[in-house]
Amino acid sequence: MRFLKYFAKRLLHSIFVLLGLSVLVFVIARVIPGDPARMALGPRAPESVVQKFREELHLDKPIYIQYYYWIKGAIRGDFGRSLFTKRSVASDIKEFFPATLELMLFTGIVMSLLGIFLGVLSARYSNRWPDNLVRIISYMGVCTPAFVFAILFLLLFGYLLNILPTIGRLSPYITPPPVRTGLITIDSLIARNFPAFFDGIKHLIMPGIALALGPMAQEARITRSSMTDNLQRDFIALERSQAIPERRILTKYLMRISIIPTVSVLGLDFASQLGWAFLVELIFNWPGLSRYGINVMLNKDLNAIVAVIMVIGLMFLVVNIIVDIIVATLDPRIRLGAERSK
Amino acid sequence: MAGRLLEIKDLHVSFDVYGGSLKVLNGVNLYMEEGEKVGLVGETGCGKTTTAKAILKILPQPPARITKGQILFKNRDVLKMDAKELRAFHAHEVSMIFQDPTAALNPVFTIGAQLMDAIRYSSIEDGLSKKDVRQRAIQSLQDVALPDPERILENYPIQLSGGMRQRVCIAMALATRSRLLIADEPTTSLDVTIQDQVLRLLGALVTEKETSTILITHSLGLVREWTQRVYVMYAGFMVETAPTEELFERPLHPYTRGLLKAIPKLTGDGIAEGIPGRIPDYLRPPDGCRFHPRCPHVMSVCSREKPSFFYPEKDHLVACFLYRG
Amino acid sequence: MDLTQISSLARTIEKIKKSWYKFSKNPLSIAGATIVLIVICLAIFAPLVAPYPEHAGSFVNFDEASKPPGSKYLFGTDVFGRDILSRIFFGYRFSLVMGVVVISIAAPIGISLGLIAGYMKGTWVDTLIMRLTDIFVAVPPLVLALAVCSILTPSVFNAMMAVTLMWWPWYCRMVYGIASSLKNEFFVQAAEVTGSGKAHIIFREILPNCYGPIFTKISLDFGWVILIGSALSFVGLGAQPPTPDLGTMVADGGKYMPDQWWMAVFPAFAIMFIVFGFNILGDGIRDMLEVEEL
Repeated sequence: MRFLKYFAKRLLHSIFVLLGLSVLVFVIARVIPGDPARMALGPRAPESVVQKFREELHLDKPIYIQYYYWIKGAIRGDFGRSLFTKRSVASDIKEFFPATLELMLFTGIVMSLLGIFLGVLSARYSNRWPDNLVRIISYMGVCTPAFVFAILFLLLFGYLLNILPTIGRLSPYITPPPVRTGLITIDSLIARNFPAFFDGIKHLIMPGIALALGPMAQEARITRSSMTDNLQRDFIALERSQAIPERRILTKYLMRISIIPTVSVLGLDFASQLGWAFLVELIFNWPGLSRYGINVMLNKDLNAIVAVIMVIGLMFLVVNIIVDIIVATLDPRIRLGAERSK
Repeated sequence: MAGRLLEIKDLHVSFDVYGGSLKVLNGVNLYMEEGEKVGLVGETGCGKTTTAKAILKILPQPPARITKGQILFKNRDVLKMDAKELRAFHAHEVSMIFQDPTAALNPVFTIGAQLMDAIRYSSIEDGLSKKDVRQRAIQSLQDVALPDPERILENYPIQLSGGMRQRVCIAMALATRSRLLIADEPTTSLDVTIQDQVLRLLGALVTEKETSTILITHSLGLVREWTQRVYVMYAGFMVETAPTEELFERPLHPYTRGLLKAIPKLTGDGIAEGIPGRIPDYLRPPDGCRFHPRCPHVMSVCSREKPSFFYPEKDHLVACFLYRG
Repeated sequence: MDLTQISSLARTIEKIKKSWYKFSKNPLSIAGATIVLIVICLAIFAPLVAPYPEHAGSFVNFDEASKPPGSKYLFGTDVFGRDILSRIFFGYRFSLVMGVVVISIAAPIGISLGLIAGYMKGTWVDTLIMRLTDIFVAVPPLVLALAVCSILTPSVFNAMMAVTLMWWPWYCRMVYGIASSLKNEFFVQAAEVTGSGKAHIIFREILPNCYGPIFTKISLDFGWVILIGSALSFVGLGAQPPTPDLGTMVADGGKYMPDQWWMAVFPAFAIMFIVFGFNILGDGIRDMLEVEEL
């Protein structure tokens, strides 16, 4: 019960934060000098047309009225029209969102599973060569931005060795599966279109791993130190003295408590990768939200910019809540909110 | 003296740390018979817990290293046991109660999970069903006077008070029906008001089940009440051992004498004296007898040679050159 | 100086000596410090050290354009015939300046707000400040920076402002955590009871306890700020041509992949080099000051 209350509070807090974010971005977007209507229609459009456009966008009204209209629309899912494509921003976003979702899911899975796996490996062979190797690689991984990995992969696997595709989500000669979820991999599995499935995976590998390497390294380090720390604890010693098989101690008792810090960090890491995805999608010509976002930013498409930020903020929020739920499930100390004993 | 329960011979343990190695145990000698209640006293940091963990072979190695010595349990060397023997050793022969019950319980698992696992793996041969194990678990919680055992099985350690957690640990240690129990300062981390209660409980249980016990403590008063024989430990080695009353009436080792003088008494002039100096640095411990820098009766041989046990009486052993010959 | 001041000075010196000893024992930290020092020197003395300092600006020489790495041009030339190595040296200038500017503005603001919010925990001041930071951290840092940058005219200055804007909340939160936990400590209560003003308590009592984490964070942050800065210019929202910025160089070079790979790869490695250096340095400082995992 306390659990639910805690989450209701958090949800409320998050909604408030999202609203605040919208205000912030909205204000910044509207405060810049320049005439968005004129910019959208171009220098040759007649003034009357521009004026009509201005009225349509409520640009002549005070800022809080503009915000009011925006919120009204946003709640209905209408983020206005893109100043450039003239299409509804919402439909643009709906078109590009699944690609980013698929990429981020792939990235998320790789970074958590591989990260934990490497961390466990590192702890198991503590101070021997697998550990040292993982530590060195993690170090480099943490320091290198995703777009550098992206470029290196492109060069190495895309051009030099020519084993992985460099553009887009699907090769041109593959028939795409009918759209159900928007995720090519899932959709092709549903349609039993295996060539499409494998092709989709092939396209996901480079951008996904480029994005995953940094956080993966971080997760590995945290898992390792968490495990080696916990191995020294009394409860492990006690379990050993109780004739509990070592394997059970490691896979059950050590594991659950050791991955808690790792999982807690996953949310934040995932979020920061949402940012780097902007560059990686650009590099791989991945038709996703981030690339759309970059384009609208470069084009100063205000409606779209605000919408993209809100969507990303929402994604971040959802991920954080999921991570919090997982951590609370794993760790009764958080769930039961009892006083931390010293 | 066939088949002494436990005999530790010249045990040396060191810990690898950043600047070198801490030579924590420097030739520990200890023996006890079946059915005895032995006390192990010494100040904080003298190596009592390390000794206990060494006996159970649960020292994390690395960073710990057992460099020398034997631990004979019924004439079998624990340090040389293979995995199977060790498992049987842990399951049936020894169990331990740790100093801090909060650290000894895994915070993310229920009490029931941990308790039942302990019971299950210490009695695999008995072929107990899940229900039997649970029954035994409940019984053991009742033995330590914990109310509502079924609910406690479902609880997490965080939901229990310190005293309750320690009772659970006692339950775990005794449920496995081991021959030897090592209780490492079982009440030090508890509230003063509960300490007495828990100790009484432990005493009663140990007497009832006829479990041989090593009680580790830094409280001399406790030892006097509770034990039949005492070992006094300093800086990684045993300095003196005697039957309890004998030790208190005729302490021989200068350190023991200092300890006893340090207890404020109600009779006499009531003023306690401390022992000047500090425990040695384990990174670079003093040569010879590790107590010699603080000893009021130090002789030249003390800084050169390490004293072994001498036998002024049959049952009263002292590691001090004052009693050589 | 009175006796207390002298003794506390002596203690501080002793602490510094011990910390330095610890630091110098760790080969990684020394490596990090060396890398950072090298980069700083390259940046400051770029006009003297670079083989072709004039290539840093709007220089054009199509005869030497797109030459692969060789003895004349160690890292090759770009499409305008400019030596990439020299431009990297000058590029480091922008990176370092960005780091300095962003951190020297974001840190004091963030730290001050964090201290105030932490000390006044539970009051409306706390709620206001922390809600504000919540809003800023609700999106990934890079996204916010990109958005702000895109709305303003792209330039190095605006990029720095944008990054500063989304950087201060992290200092605020970190310091808030420390300050609010210290607020109930005895030494704070003692100061309150003896009538010290709020400002004194915040800045003279609580702040010194934050030095360790702050210092560590600053050294690690240099690397991240440079990274984000190069990401912004990569996208075109930061430095504009012909400014030799590492990010823009990677972006420009990316167009000519894979044939003229050196145009993108060397600047990319240059970025990695300095970020790596600051990261190890930061880790070393953290070990030295024995700060817990941030």
